[in-house]
Amino acid sequence: MTEKNGLLTVENLKVKIGDKEILKGVDLKIGPGEVHAIMGPNGTGKSTLAYALAGKSSYEVTSGSVTMEGENVLEMSPDERARKGLFLAFQYPSEVPGVTVDNFLRVAYNTIKKEELSIWEFRNLLKEKMEFLKIDESFSGRYLNEGFSGGEKKRNEILQMAVLQPKLAVLDETDSGLDIDALQIVAKGVNELLPEDSSVLVITHYQRILRYIKPDFVHVMIEGRIVETGGGELAEKLEEKGYDWLKEKYGESGKDSD
Amino acid sequence: MSLPTTDIGTEEYKYGFSDDVKPEIIFDKGLSRKTVEDISNIKSEPGWMTDLRLKAYEIFLEKPMPEWGADLSEIDFDDIIYFVRASDKKMTDWDDVPAEIKETFEKLGIPESERKFLAGAEAQYDSESVYGALQGEWEKQGVIFVDTDTALREHEKLVKKYFGSVVPAADNKLAALNTAVWSGGSFLYIPKGVKVGLPLQAYFRINTQNMGQFERTMIIADEGSNVQYIEGCTAPTYTTNSLHSAVVEIICKKDSRVRYTTLQNWSGNVYNLVTKRAQAYENATMEWIDANLGSKVTMKYPSVYLMERGAKADVISIAFANTGQHQDVGSKVVHLAPYTTSKIISKSISKGKGRSTYRGLVKIHEGMEGCKSNVNCDALLLDEASATDTYPYIEIEDPTAAIEHEATVSKLSDEQIFYLQQRGIPEDEARNMIINGFIEPFTKLLPLEYAVEMNRLIELQMEGSVG
Ligand SMILES: Nc1ncnc2c1ncn2[C@@H]1O[C@H](COP(=O)(O)OP(=O)(O)OP(=O)(O)O)[C@@H](O)[C@H]1O
Ligand SMILES: [Mg+2]
Repeated sequence: MTEKNGLLTVENLKVKIGDKEILKGVDLKIGPGEVHAIMGPNGTGKSTLAYALAGKSSYEVTSGSVTMEGENVLEMSPDERARKGLFLAFQYPSEVPGVTVDNFLRVAYNTIKKEELSIWEFRNLLKEKMEFLKIDESFSGRYLNEGFSGGEKKRNEILQMAVLQPKLAVLDETDSGLDIDALQIVAKGVNELLPEDSSVLVITHYQRILRYIKPDFVHVMIEGRIVETGGGELAEKLEEKGYDWLKEKYGESGKDSD
Repeated sequence: MSLPTTDIGTEEYKYGFSDDVKPEIIFDKGLSRKTVEDISNIKSEPGWMTDLRLKAYEIFLEKPMPEWGADLSEIDFDDIIYFVRASDKKMTDWDDVPAEIKETFEKLGIPESERKFLAGAEAQYDSESVYGALQGEWEKQGVIFVDTDTALREHEKLVKKYFGSVVPAADNKLAALNTAVWSGGSFLYIPKGVKVGLPLQAYFRINTQNMGQFERTMIIADEGSNVQYIEGCTAPTYTTNSLHSAVVEIICKKDSRVRYTTLQNWSGNVYNLVTKRAQAYENATMEWIDANLGSKVTMKYPSVYLMERGAKADVISIAFANTGQHQDVGSKVVHLAPYTTSKIISKSISKGKGRSTYRGLVKIHEGMEGCKSNVNCDALLLDEASATDTYPYIEIEDPTAAIEHEATVSKLSDEQIFYLQQRGIPEDEARNMIINGFIEPFTKLLPLEYAVEMNRLIELQMEGSVG
């Protein structure tokens, strides 16, 4: 390990979608085993950051750098990034008709882990994680996300995370749409099903989930920048006071800071 | 058509090789009254068959080419060889099949598959069958599974009774042509109450350039019987065109069930114009499972005539149209009795400049109460230049009918590809996974070995940068 705090390093990342600049210079450092949270108003670029990290093609990086364990992530295809250990739990997971959860996940697992688990071996592994997450057995034979309820989709994302054991899991609003019980199960999954030194980046609007997944750092994103960083107490302050005080300081009007 | 063990080549159509078998008999190109008589004479057929052929030839001359579908203007009936006999004897022991022919079939995975999981197999090479076998168990129970030429010699009564009873020569120009020059094909009879547990397979191979293959297949499922028949077809890649124009007639008697599965994978120079039709009697079920890959033009609409109360038709087809190909396929179901049901599922994939057309007809006659029909067509376009069109005709004359119809056209979505890539799956594999998912309702009906083969064939279609 060359740098201690060097799992993911994002420096001055600027991202355009079409002609519109969405990320206007994001800096973020995540060390191994750390839990980070990003909060911020709707439309400020939180998902954009997640997609850009994962390498979605319509997201054009115009400047800045992203490295994972010292390697240049921006040069990698989305699947290479995944194989490096980057996982994104989607805010809106796609439906893939005709492709069953277990088949899909087995292919993904074998590709990422460079293993050749048989159908039976994999089934056992999957079953264990499903039991932990209280997902009904029948889901493994269903088509990926097709007809899943909002909450089921989210839980299925966490199941995939638990199976694929990433080094960095980015959870984009995994908590929205979950009932209270489901939220606790999902949080427990994040806390207990990942390896010790895996890191988590939680994107959320609610302090609620952070009661279960305790963040080491909380960042606030406003208009494409991380404008404030603190500990768990920052999330509580936001819950209480909203974003206005930050918007005033860093938003449209407050563009004075460079 | 299961996994071949030999690697034949890396080009996108891997069955495109030809071999130089010296045929026993090969006709000159062209079609005349004499061609028809010669075929009949070579086979020493009974007079009634010769007459039937000649009558059909007259009908062929009178009928116009179908102009409502794909472009057939390039077909030149005088530029086709109508009969090629590759081997003068049909074998029942695989070891006796001439070496080159054997090698061809072995490259295609036959009879390897037969040994593993088939109840019987037939292999046709150009105009005639070169090999046939049926497991003793089924033979003892009275199942007949032979090529249609042999059937005409050994079971003349049965053939005479049913030949042309489902697809008469006058049905269309190509059915007339087939009736005039037919050769080979499978003849399958299942006695009352016999349920054949394993599939029976026939394999059709065109080898000669400019060849016309006109097999005639008949299946008679007697009352309460049950059978699954699978056919596979391939041909070498030539610069000139070949014609495959088969007729398939099926009779499903009371309470019987027939599943007819086709996995065709023609080379890009084959015109594939096939008439397939079944009649289903009281409470019988006819299933057409039809995969259309390759060919230059395919026009094929497996149909079912629901003759008596409670009869059921299930038709599921997929078509993959690559650049230079037009898959004009679909289905026709005619409800001629009350309380009959039909279900049609059609899935098409168009790639490059490929074009796929769904053409279907569901007809429910007046007074046929309580009929149900469900039609579902989904088209998937892989490229900007790909095309698809849908002609779902529905003619309902009875007010009690319950009809559902749904059609969708979709593009391969970037969101889905990205989602799968985010789970470590490379882009090409992600595409294949989505496409195989799209046709999953079809593949899941195939025996496992064929499902695997099907997915692999699709992957081969995806690899070739045809253009
Ligand atoms: N494909 C696109 N084309 C144009 N604009 C886009 C596109 N995708 C996102 N945007 C815009 O980028 C901005 C940031 O969107 P993003 O989804 O990153 O916000 P967010 O912070 O995740 O919001 P939320 O909290 O509502 O999920 C929004 O103004 C959005 O409209
Ligand atoms: Mg978002």
